[in-house]
Amino acid sequence: MSFRQSFVEIDGCRTSLRRGGSGAPLLFLHGASGAPAILPFMEKLAQRFEVLVPEHPGYGFSDEPEWLDNIHDLAYFYLDFLKQLDLENVTLVGSSLGGWIALEMAVRDTSRLRALVLVSPAGIRAPGLQPADTFLMSPEELARQLFHDPKFAQARLAEPVTPESVDTSLKNRHATARLAWEPRLHDPHLQKWLHRIDVPVQLIWGDQDRILPLGFLDIFRKLMPSAKAAVVKDAGHLPHVEKSEEFCDLVTRFVQGVA
Amino acid sequence: MNLVLFHLMPYAELDLDAARKHGTVWVHLPNRHFDPHKGHQLYNRYLDELEYGEELGFDAVSVNEHHQTAYGLMPSPIVTASTLARRTKRVKICILGSALPLREHPLTVAEEHAMIDVISGGRLISGFVRGIGAEYHTFGVNPTISHERFHEAHDLIVRAWTEPGPFSFEGKHYNVRYVNLWPRPYQKPHPPIWIPSQGSKETIDWASHPDRRYPYLQTFSPVKVVERYLKQYRATAKGHGYEAPDGQLGWAVPVYVADTDERARAEAKPHFEAFRNVFVKMPLEMLLPPGYTSRESLKNVMKAKAQMFGDVTIDQAIELGLFVCGSAGTVRKAFEGHWQNMRFGNLLVMCQFGTLPADLTRRNMELFAREVMPHLKQLQ
Repeated sequence: MSFRQSFVEIDGCRTSLRRGGSGAPLLFLHGASGAPAILPFMEKLAQRFEVLVPEHPGYGFSDEPEWLDNIHDLAYFYLDFLKQLDLENVTLVGSSLGGWIALEMAVRDTSRLRALVLVSPAGIRAPGLQPADTFLMSPEELARQLFHDPKFAQARLAEPVTPESVDTSLKNRHATARLAWEPRLHDPHLQKWLHRIDVPVQLIWGDQDRILPLGFLDIFRKLMPSAKAAVVKDAGHLPHVEKSEEFCDLVTRFVQGVA
Repeated sequence: MNLVLFHLMPYAELDLDAARKHGTVWVHLPNRHFDPHKGHQLYNRYLDELEYGEELGFDAVSVNEHHQTAYGLMPSPIVTASTLARRTKRVKICILGSALPLREHPLTVAEEHAMIDVISGGRLISGFVRGIGAEYHTFGVNPTISHERFHEAHDLIVRAWTEPGPFSFEGKHYNVRYVNLWPRPYQKPHPPIWIPSQGSKETIDWASHPDRRYPYLQTFSPVKVVERYLKQYRATAKGHGYEAPDGQLGWAVPVYVADTDERARAEAKPHFEAFRNVFVKMPLEMLLPPGYTSRESLKNVMKAKAQMFGDVTIDQAIELGLFVCGSAGTVRKAFEGHWQNMRFGNLLVMCQFGTLPADLTRRNMELFAREVMPHLKQLQ
């Protein structure tokens, strides 16, 4: 399945967008590390969906717009994105920081959404639990903490370091700090409005997540009692990368179930 | 030349082995390593040293601000500057500087500095800094808005000091309906503002701007780097259409004087190396959180990582001009040579560093003040 790279201009921001596959639209919102490449889980999902993988304003090849101050700006941006591309019945999949953006969108407007898949999403506070302090981690340490299976960390660290990849990772880190430094990776007001989300929700969490530990899932289950929850065994913070088959099956079955 | 006695007030009683093992004394070195009884002795010793600076003839004494670290025990330079305002009579008191973006509200800085200026009868020299990267980790202040907050806080403070109140201030980060400072500062139009920096183009452009003409102090850097940035400051001022006087330039550097070069090196060695290789040290991610510097500057630091983050011996430090150490004659010659080259009008000497004990600190101060300072004061 081949993905096409293009740029769309939304809210004055030239936004990098990769599109591939056919079927109902599925919008994937990446986490703090960005979406520099098409990954196996995207290819697999593209067999059933039209998969859209934008890079958030501030990340990757997208512009860094003046207006980007906080996560709410990205929520409104992506609602405009859905409108401008005239996407309807969208399966919205967000990982980590992308899951937080998906939640912020959905408490505002679900009219273009069919379902929500949240993969170890940030966005809320869990009393007594802290997300790992990724801003104090070296790139090597971060790779080790992201994955349960060290093979994935090794593969990530073996990727060639080019001036472009350094620029991209510094740019992504900057955008993440801007959005999530303080309060760290959450919006204290979000949880008051989660009841407004009136589309089916699937939560997915790796049981070995060392960035946002499994305890966060328990809080989400209390806050969103009608959401489905699945725990992926032997996976870290990125179960869609580490267990892509299982992840894609979960998404497909969930979306079929809500059709 | 103006001579300033500068103090960091480090926790000199630190268990160095534990600190080395931990990797850094910043952010997360457990505070069980701080003993309040030893702290009591140290604070009073250090304040005595600064007060002694007046007796020894320094033009100014200086305190600074650092948070949650053994590197410096002055989370509030206001507290130390306040005691000095009462215990000294003639000497200028420098706060180099207050970390504006870390403050919840800049009006508190305007008020506290104004108080010290009024209490001391106009002896305050204010310094404004952003705080170092590590402090954005400890405070949670977002480093990507550090510059914005600094500039806005600065504008609010200077307006609060100079404009008749009440007036309102509207900014992105601070909004105040009634700015109406009591007390107003003693000095007119306001206390001098100095800008200490480890060197950045953005800071030099801003400080040297004709609206401000703030003295720029290059702190604790190899002498080549000091020279580069001071020259850059002069060139930038020229670009703005004026010639920067020497008084707009300064250099802050640790100094140690003893009878002979050999003795000076031998006495200073363990204490200087503890300062450079334990107290200063922190990982790159802690030093430079995202947005604290431009990404271009960050990449330059990443390239120089091995050099910046490795250990430095006292001999290497003297060679680099990170540290000025030797007999009075050697130290005098070194500063005279550097002055010929750079014409800095302010020299800030740090006579206590790392674990340097009280007796050596005092002797260092005395030798510097009696045998080096009189010569340097005449340079102009």
